[in-house]
Amino acid sequence: MNRIQQVFDSKRAIIPFVTGGDPDIQTTERLILALAEAGADMIEIGIPFSDPAAGGPVLQLAEERALTGGCRVAELFELVARVREQVTIPLLFRSYINPIFVYGPERFMSDCARYGIDGVVVLDLPFEEQGEIRAACKAHGILQVSTISPAPVERLQKIAKAAEGFLYCIGDFGAVEQSVRQVTEIPIVAGYGAPGAETANGVVVDTAIVELVAELGRDSVASVVGLLQGLR
Amino acid sequence: METNNTGRFGPFGGQYVPEALMPTLQALDQAYQRHKADPAFQAELRALHNTYTGRPSLLYFAEKMTDDLGGAKVYLKREDLNHTGSHKINNVLGQVLLAKKMGKTRVIAETGAGQHGVATATVAALMGLECEVFMGKEDTQRQALNVFRMELLGAKVHAVTSGTQTLKDAVNAAMQEWVMRMDDTHYVVGSVVGPHPFPVMVRDFHQIIGEEIRAQMLEAEGRLPDVVLACAGGGSNAIGAFYDFIDEPGVRLIGCEAAGRGTDTPEHAATITLGSPGIFHGMKSVFCQDADGQIAPVYSISAGLDYPGIGPEHAHLATSGRAEYVPVTDDEAVAAFSYLGCMEGIIPAIESAHAVAHAIKLAPTLGKDKIMVINLSGRGDKDVAAIARYQGVNIHE
Repeated sequence: MNRIQQVFDSKRAIIPFVTGGDPDIQTTERLILALAEAGADMIEIGIPFSDPAAGGPVLQLAEERALTGGCRVAELFELVARVREQVTIPLLFRSYINPIFVYGPERFMSDCARYGIDGVVVLDLPFEEQGEIRAACKAHGILQVSTISPAPVERLQKIAKAAEGFLYCIGDFGAVEQSVRQVTEIPIVAGYGAPGAETANGVVVDTAIVELVAELGRDSVASVVGLLQGLR
Repeated sequence: METNNTGRFGPFGGQYVPEALMPTLQALDQAYQRHKADPAFQAELRALHNTYTGRPSLLYFAEKMTDDLGGAKVYLKREDLNHTGSHKINNVLGQVLLAKKMGKTRVIAETGAGQHGVATATVAALMGLECEVFMGKEDTQRQALNVFRMELLGAKVHAVTSGTQTLKDAVNAAMQEWVMRMDDTHYVVGSVVGPHPFPVMVRDFHQIIGEEIRAQMLEAEGRLPDVVLACAGGGSNAIGAFYDFIDEPGVRLIGCEAAGRGTDTPEHAATITLGSPGIFHGMKSVFCQDADGQIAPVYSISAGLDYPGIGPEHAHLATSGRAEYVPVTDDEAVAAFSYLGCMEGIIPAIESAHAVAHAIKLAPTLGKDKIMVINLSGRGDKDVAAIARYQGVNIHE
């Protein structure tokens, strides 16, 4: 948690995303190490899901490639353990609820804590269903990141007031920011290139990175680092 | 049976969707509750069923089949006689009418076999709404005639090429489309699946099946049936047939799942029989999946049962023991498809043939004083070419 607070202390955070296992675990490992070295403030590792309903086609194809390549959840934990020997910035898992539910939320968060994951973003767990993993996250000190998307003001503010760590905006940041900032001072991150994202406290760079990995595969590391440095 | 307002059936159900969809789902839930309680809405829907769908559908005593099986009396609930050829129109009329009341101008739908897509295209034409249907590419090939049928009705059909290119991928695509365009669009979910309020709302719109069975059976036999059988993919026709009898412990409820090439092979869609609890397509329920929670590719000869999950209310009925779920293979379903044609002059949908197949096994084991009702959810015209292929018969369409 403390690691995550420091991310937003003084600057606009750059948060790259990589799909775990695309095109293979070794490449994901090299990407994480290179991104951390190149100044990423926090890294999101996607746990691929067979039926990703919340991303666009670029992310969906990456998850298909990872699963076709045989990526397993246990391998991603091992990957985290390896990179943690060198990487000190916060690492997040981003996924859908089913892989976590089937692994068992308690065991999943316990392993997150053991291997060095700081928080989780669950794309199909809206405010009303956050209780699904809340106790497990709390028990193991894993940040449960609240997602937020354009909605009536009351809903935005209800989510914002309850959020911990930082808020993760999916979609139009401009439609969310004002209502949220009225009731909370916690940082808000937005998708890179989302409308209004210029004033977010951090940006998540996912599709642009995943596109490079799709194109260059195992040889994508230098280009992904170049992309990240271009954002600074 | 819901235990709270986010649509729980025991531990199952809920609203596991991206945050972006929540305001739309909540608005839909509110609008549905409002119209459900409005006698004018109910009267309008009832009138459409009576004048357009052809309700009430017949409850037919299958005398030859009863004599042949030598056990329980067999009745067929003839949902196959509804306009568009299946039970699907019950739900579609309700949802599209609701969408129109909500000011939506466009409806989208997923479809497996094409029955729900055809029903949606039909009602959209009737009510003057734009319609787009998402269908797995593999299903568009298995059910090419239904694709053309939807196009004749003015709908646009999208062949979905992601994942396994079947029903679950069509649901994914329709859901993604809805998130991108919620203002003017309603997603007409075709079964008792998905996030709340769909499992409740779709069940309510199909509840009329069981209500009619009750009234017709009291009329014909002066008592309730002993067994009600229905095929179950997502489970909409099954819940429609079951719901009125859930609080009647004397009525056995049996859902017939697609066992494809057998429950000892990976090629099946027998969710309750072989699946495990999970969270997918917005609901906590039971799914065919691997140890990592990746949704399994499923298989059935029936595109309408070829779904890796089942509605949350069925998961609850199974867990609580109130309903039984049995697997039926392709071979058994195809044999029942032919059997009912030869025996009663009724060609059932290959989906419904799964229920007929189990009835053929079960009826002889029950006394002649017992009564069973098979919900014949759809007609088999759409399946004739596929059955010919299955049997190795070469016909030129």
